[in-house]
Amino acid sequence: MGSGKSGKKAAGAGVVDTVSPSWEYAPAPESRDIVTIAPEYGLFISGEFRPPAAGGTFATLDPSTGAKLTTVAEAGPADIDQAVAAARTAYENVWGPMPGSERAKYLYRIARVLQERSREFAVLESLDNGKPIKESRDVDIPLAAAHFFYYAGWADKLDYAGFGPAPRPIGVAAQVIPWNFPLLMAAWKLAPALAAGNTCVLKPAETTPLTALLLAAVCQQVGLPPGVVNVLTGAGETGAALVTHPDVDKIAFTGSTEVGKQIAVSAAGTPKKLTLELGGKAANIVFDDAPVEQAIEGIVNGIFFNQGHVCCAGSRLLVQESVADAVVDRLKRRLATLRLGDPLDKNTDIGAINSRQQLDKITELTAAGDAEGAERWSPPCRLPEKGFWFPPTVFTGVSQSHRIAREEIFGPVLSVLTFRTPEEAVAKANNTPYGLSAGIWTDKGSRILWMAQRMRAGVVWANTYNRFDPASPFGGYQESGYGREGGRHGLAAYLHV
Amino acid sequence: MSEATSGRLDVRKTYKLFIGGAFPRSESGRSYPVHGKNGDLLAYAAKASRKDLRDSVKAARGAFGGWSGATAYNRGQVLYRVAEMMEGRAAQFAAEVAEAEGLRPARASALVSAAIDRWVWYAGWSDKVAQVAGGANPVAGPYFNFSVPEPTGVVATVAPQDSSLLGLVSVLAPVILTGNTAVVIASELRPLPSVVLAEVLATSDIPAGVVNILTGSTAELAPIAAGHMDVNAVDLTGAPAADRAALERAAAGNLKRVLANHDGEQWTDPPTTRRLMATLEIKTVWHPAGI
Repeated sequence: MGSGKSGKKAAGAGVVDTVSPSWEYAPAPESRDIVTIAPEYGLFISGEFRPPAAGGTFATLDPSTGAKLTTVAEAGPADIDQAVAAARTAYENVWGPMPGSERAKYLYRIARVLQERSREFAVLESLDNGKPIKESRDVDIPLAAAHFFYYAGWADKLDYAGFGPAPRPIGVAAQVIPWNFPLLMAAWKLAPALAAGNTCVLKPAETTPLTALLLAAVCQQVGLPPGVVNVLTGAGETGAALVTHPDVDKIAFTGSTEVGKQIAVSAAGTPKKLTLELGGKAANIVFDDAPVEQAIEGIVNGIFFNQGHVCCAGSRLLVQESVADAVVDRLKRRLATLRLGDPLDKNTDIGAINSRQQLDKITELTAAGDAEGAERWSPPCRLPEKGFWFPPTVFTGVSQSHRIAREEIFGPVLSVLTFRTPEEAVAKANNTPYGLSAGIWTDKGSRILWMAQRMRAGVVWANTYNRFDPASPFGGYQESGYGREGGRHGLAAYLHV
Repeated sequence: MSEATSGRLDVRKTYKLFIGGAFPRSESGRSYPVHGKNGDLLAYAAKASRKDLRDSVKAARGAFGGWSGATAYNRGQVLYRVAEMMEGRAAQFAAEVAEAEGLRPARASALVSAAIDRWVWYAGWSDKVAQVAGGANPVAGPYFNFSVPEPTGVVATVAPQDSSLLGLVSVLAPVILTGNTAVVIASELRPLPSVVLAEVLATSDIPAGVVNILTGSTAELAPIAAGHMDVNAVDLTGAPAADRAALERAAAGNLKRVLANHDGEQWTDPPTTRRLMATLEIKTVWHPAGI
C-alpha cells in the first residue's frame, strides 16, 4: 500500500508485493491557500457572528496531523434562547409569509455560491474532517450544491407535492448533524426545511464545525434574511439543549442510534415533530455470478469510501461460499493499491480518522474482532506518525454473533461472512436491528428484484453502492431511524402532512 | 342480550380474544364485566394479559411475510371480502354498537354502514398506494432509481375508546391494507363489537395472525405494546392523553413509528390517506443503466 507522501517507500517497507504493481506517485497536494481560517469563530445568530454569551470555546483539529485549526464558540443556554428566538421571529415575520417563489430564489443563490466557492469548501472540509480531497471535491460539495438547487425548485410548488393544497410548514427546526459529511448533511437538513418555509437552528458536529460556519457566511453573502438560518457550534450538550428547547417545533437529527433514542425519549409527549437518520450495519451481498471487477470496486467503495465513516457503509460483506476465497483474494489485491495519507493530496484514497475518540472506538471494536476469533488482515501500510489513522482492515471468519458483525464500527473495517442460498443471504442480511441500506451484486435481473423486495432497508444498491442524489429518498427502517431525506419524500419531514 | 322468550332459552355468546386466527380466552383466566350506557351488564369480556399480548405479536410477526408478500390485488380483494361479510351481519353489528355506545338503532345502523364503506374505501387503495407514494427518481447519473412504499411490519394499535366499531375499523384497515400485521387493543369500556369484528375477520380470508384483537385494560396492555421490541409501530389513538408521554418514551426503545389521532379527527368524516401513509416505509432501489 502506497502513501500519498512516501509512495513506493511505504509500499516496500519490509514486504515484497509480487502481485500488484507498486506505482510511485509524486505528492500532488491541493493548495490550502484558497481558504482563510480565522483565529476564532463566533456563533451565527440573527444574521451576524457574535461571541458566545458565556464565553466558552473549544478547538477544532486537523485530524491528519492533530494540529489545532482554530477556536470555535461553545453555545450555551442563553445562545440557544437567542438563536431559537431569532428563528421564531424570522419564521413569523419574514420567511413564513414570504412567497415560495421568493424563498426559491434565495436557495438558488446559495446553490450557486456553493458552486462558485466549491474549491474553498472542499479544502476546508478535508482539513477539518480528514477526508480525501477527491471525495470532498467530487462528492460532498457538488451534492450539497445540488441539494439546494433541487429543493429551491420545490419552494413554490408545494401545492403539487402530494400533501394536499397549501401544506403548512412546521415552524422552527432544530437540526443536529454529524461529522462524517459536514457540509452535505447541513445541506440535507437546511434545503428542504427552508424550501418548505421553516426557519432553522443548525448544530454542526463538535469536530467539524468549519464548513457550516462558512455556509453561514454564504447566507450573509446571498442576503438571506437574519434569523432564517442560525448556526450554533458546540458538543453533545449544546445539541441536547437545542432539541429540548420548548420553542422548537421540529427536530431533525443525523447521528448514532443511541443518541437518536435519547432524542426520541426527550421529545416524548411533546408536539415536536421528529425525524431521525441513524446508524446502520449494511450487508453487501455478492452472488457467484456477480461481475467480479465491478463487485470488488463496489465492496471497496462500500466500506472504504470516507474511511467507512458512513452510516450506510457496506460493513458486512456477504459473499456466496463458492466464490468467497476468490473474491477475498481479489479484494486484498485491490486494497494493496489504495493510497492512505494526506487528505489534501489529490491521489489519496484513504484519509484520516476524524477524531481520537472515533479512532479509539474503531480500535476497541477491532480488538473485539480479534478476541472473538475472527482473522484480521490489512495491506502493508505505513501510517503517518501524527494525527488519527487506521489502515483498511478486513476480517474473515466472522460469524453473525461477533460484535464486528453486529455493531456499527464507523471505520474502514469490513467483516466478511458467507452464505450458500439466496434465502440464507436474505436472512443474514436482515438479521440486524438496523435497516438503512443493502447492496446486491449479481448478473441476474430477476434475482436483483427478488432480493431487493426482501431487504428490510431504506436504500438498496444493486450492482452499485454508496450513490446519493437529491432526488433520491434516503433513510432507514427499524432502528436506523424514521423519515426520509431527499426527493419529494424529504419535504414531508418539514410540512404538516 | 335480551332474555329468551316463548319458552326457549337463548344461547349466549362468550366474548373471547382473537389471536393467530383462534379465539382463546385469556391465558390468565381473567375476564371483566362490560356494561351498557345505562349500567346494565352486557357480558363479560376476556381480560388479556402480558402473555396474550406477546402471543399476539408473535402471531402477527409470523403472518407478516405471507401477508406483506401477497399481491396488492389479493389484499384488496380480501379487504373487500371483509366488507361483504360485515354487510351480511349488519343487524348484529348494529345491535352490538347500539348497546355498546348507547345509541338509537338508526344511528347505530348508520355507523355500521360507514364502517362497512370504510373497508371498501381502503380495499380500493391496495393497488394504488404504491403509485401515489412511490415513483421514479430522476437522479443525475446513469442509474434507474425508483422508490416504493413497503409495510413497516407489526403495528400495535390502541383503538379509539369511544367509537367501538367505526373508530376501530378506521384505525385497523389502513394498517393491514398495505401488508402490515396488527395487534389491536380494543376499546376497554366498549369492547364487544370488536369481538364480533374478529368473528367476521376469521371468516373473511384474512390469514391467521394478520389481525389480532385483545380486550382488556388499556392501561395494562398499552405500555407492554409500546415497549415490545418486536413491534415496529404503535398507534396511540385510544390511549389516554395523560399516558402519551410515557408510552412514547417506551416506544423509543426500538424507535417505533408513533401514530396518534389528529386534533379534531372525527370517525364519521371522510377518511384521508394520512393513516395509510403513516405505517409505510419508503425503499429506494438503484441500478446502473448501461450496455
